[in-house]
Amino acid sequence: MNIPFVRHRLDNGLDVLIHSDHNCPIVAVNVWYHVGSKNERPGRTGFAHLFEHLMFEGSEHYDRGYFHPLQEAGALLNGSTNADRTNYWEVVPSNALELALWMESDRMGYLLPALTDAKFENQRDVVLNERRQQYENRPYGLAGMAIVAALYPPDHPYHWLTIGAAEDIAAARIEEVREFFKTYYRPSNASLSIAGDVQPDEALRLAEAYFGDLEAGDPIPPVMAPLAAPRQEEARLVLEDRVELPRIYMSWHSPALFAPFDAELDLVAEVLASGKTSRLYRALVFERRLATEVAASQNSREMGSFFQVVATAAPGRTLVELERAIAAEIEALIASGPTAVEMERCRAQAEAQFVYRLQTVGGFGGKGDQLNAYNVFLEQPDYFDRDLARYRSASAASLQQAALEYLRPESRVILSVVPHGRTAAALADAAPAVVA
Amino acid sequence: MAVDRSRLPSPGPPLSFNFPEMRRATLGNGLRICTIEHHAVPLITCFVLMPVGSSQDPPDHPGLAAITGDLLDEGSGDLDALAVHEALGRIGAHLDTEIGADATLLELTTLEQYAPRALDLLASMVRSPRLDQRDFDRVRELRLNRLVQLRDLPPAVADRLFTQYLYRDHPYGHLPIGTEGALQSLRLDDVVAFHRRVYTPAHATVIAVGDASHDRLAEFVASAFGGWTTPAPPQAPLLDVAGLAVPPLDAGRVVIAHRSGAAQSELRIGHLGLPRSTPDYHALLVMNMILGGQFVSRINLNLREEKGYTYGARTSFEFRKAPGPFVFQASVQSEVTADAVREALAEIEGIRGTRHVTSEELELGRAALTRGYPRNFETSEQLGRAAVQLALYELPDNYFSTFVPRVLSVSEADVTRVAHEHLDPARLLTVVVGDREKVGPTLGALDLGERSEVAIA
Repeated sequence: MNIPFVRHRLDNGLDVLIHSDHNCPIVAVNVWYHVGSKNERPGRTGFAHLFEHLMFEGSEHYDRGYFHPLQEAGALLNGSTNADRTNYWEVVPSNALELALWMESDRMGYLLPALTDAKFENQRDVVLNERRQQYENRPYGLAGMAIVAALYPPDHPYHWLTIGAAEDIAAARIEEVREFFKTYYRPSNASLSIAGDVQPDEALRLAEAYFGDLEAGDPIPPVMAPLAAPRQEEARLVLEDRVELPRIYMSWHSPALFAPFDAELDLVAEVLASGKTSRLYRALVFERRLATEVAASQNSREMGSFFQVVATAAPGRTLVELERAIAAEIEALIASGPTAVEMERCRAQAEAQFVYRLQTVGGFGGKGDQLNAYNVFLEQPDYFDRDLARYRSASAASLQQAALEYLRPESRVILSVVPHGRTAAALADAAPAVVA
Repeated sequence: MAVDRSRLPSPGPPLSFNFPEMRRATLGNGLRICTIEHHAVPLITCFVLMPVGSSQDPPDHPGLAAITGDLLDEGSGDLDALAVHEALGRIGAHLDTEIGADATLLELTTLEQYAPRALDLLASMVRSPRLDQRDFDRVRELRLNRLVQLRDLPPAVADRLFTQYLYRDHPYGHLPIGTEGALQSLRLDDVVAFHRRVYTPAHATVIAVGDASHDRLAEFVASAFGGWTTPAPPQAPLLDVAGLAVPPLDAGRVVIAHRSGAAQSELRIGHLGLPRSTPDYHALLVMNMILGGQFVSRINLNLREEKGYTYGARTSFEFRKAPGPFVFQASVQSEVTADAVREALAEIEGIRGTRHVTSEELELGRAALTRGYPRNFETSEQLGRAAVQLALYELPDNYFSTFVPRVLSVSEADVTRVAHEHLDPARLLTVVVGDREKVGPTLGALDLGERSEVAIA
């Protein structure tokens, strides 16, 4: 199983990856820039994402909103920023490929001449509203900030969430946009994939024509990150929020994306909390009814991941009960490893997920996006089958080993989110969490 | 090669698009089958459509259809709840159950090699769920807890109030999850009787899409669902929602749910819209694209890109068997709530004629709907969902080939006419979930009609 492609590196360093799929008369254009909130500095957070917004507001040769001509051509388009990278994509009818490449190349090469104070100030307001909508005004919405702030030291680039601190966003200045663009938005720091109903030669010719003459620029500065070693002692935090039901978050440092044990911990998360037969769902929700919901995830990132278990207390139940029950299940997994039946199930699910991922050429997680992910993080766009092999070769013993090494009780960060005024509902000895 | 950056390349003529062949069959028990071949990936996606949504809830039991749908995968035939999910998990199958106003839809995706097993499991859930007391108690408790949690979620509070005040006693007047009181008084017997009454093969349509021939897809379905029999005696027919009178449009009014200290106000503004069967369907789609149905709509460009009041604002018509809602929705910074409402109302008023649609806007709206049309049919899931729409709303099989020409035939005059006929700024219901102290004074200056405050319950 794989995503076949041809690859060409332009003289300016831009990687072009082309995948043909003639199932539907559409083509997906996808650009990854290897820059995210990890490239920000303390006190200047939220900038990479704010910058992403400005990429839709026009460039030198098309100085108007980017949505108009693309939607008129029948495109679906979007972009996203996370800690490690920023991506932009369009899914267009196959005869609008040239339009999409024209626009992507214009904003890659010629964004700044079109930048104005008015655009900048408007998008800063939009982003502040995005933050209000997705974080401040949403139950448990600030938990993520409290957790990364506790997991990583203040000068570590994963110490803040990509959305950033409201005061930093409000203090952002337009000069920083120029600097950021010049530093990070260059062909040698980007990867372009074209996936769908295209002839590779023609797609490559167009890519070369539109992107070939953009300036390569200087190498990008390295990310300065202090070592984020697993914690030596447990951290306990409490956050008061406008919620009815208390919730507990347990988080641990874990291996980086694609590092040894990353896939294992993905599978550990499946065994613990994916579906009704998973250990935590069964114990906490199904049998003992301690929790209304439970989730587990390996949050894989380039410079180090974190593993997380989240559970919401059922009415009348306490976080102390939840913590004990979760800890007991993790201990049991560490003590005896997953059963043969669990291994069969989680591998079947992982295998099916890989096939499901082949269904779309574009958008978040489509084939074009996956090629860029493998290329940007590993410089191995053909990694699909080896990625799958990571899951196929995982064993009960390796899952057990991963859980033993990384899910130690003494290295947890435990956050209790409790209704306002009910800090007594938190686990004992929890310190107030700091959220920006 | 130097490229011409002085103008954008034009995308060329719209691409022709053909929906794949659908084959239909009806089993001896009355169950309808639709098959679609799709060979891109070795998968099968199968939908079971029951035309039974929350609008079929008895008046005293809002939430019954939804909890019944929820209990289907909690054990069936010889398998208890955990065994069902163990069986699904071991073949990597993915099951999803959705309950809307008009229908319950089960969706199962599986690798092609496991299709017979997966379809047997799916059929067993639909035909003979165990509906044990223990499972009922547990699932009901989870739904009650969910209701508690939804009180913290402004979009959920706004949707609930909007639905309730708009439809009142009409079967669309509640969300599928129902209400706390109704769920508490519900008994297992109600679910058993409801299942027996509405889950019959004659009501069901099964749509199978994927990497197998029509014959094989039909065989999978027939083998799994063929033995399903209708219980005797004959059951009462389903409620004909489309045949019911809808509540008349009220005078405009405002409902405020206070959320102290809220950073944003969650807004819903709208009134009753049209049923799926309206002859104005395509014209309304185009009109809505211009008004608030896409990023470059008047409303989003104004409220987000010009004013920066919100992360996004949009309008939509939900076309159902009976008239669904027309609604504007946005989450806006608390301090600018009244400004945002005023701008939204001005846009609704504008498209009715005071700000005529330009030919450029019309072109953009029509092109966005038609040129992008083929990408709605890329995956088995998308093809299956398209077939679900045909079955649920009794649309002809050539519907997808008529869509593009019909949208392209919508004129500027059509857009203004449907906006004028179907939008009524004097009769809008405005729901605000936000901080009364920050919102109240300025909102009061707008003429939105009678104002009431409700508690978030």
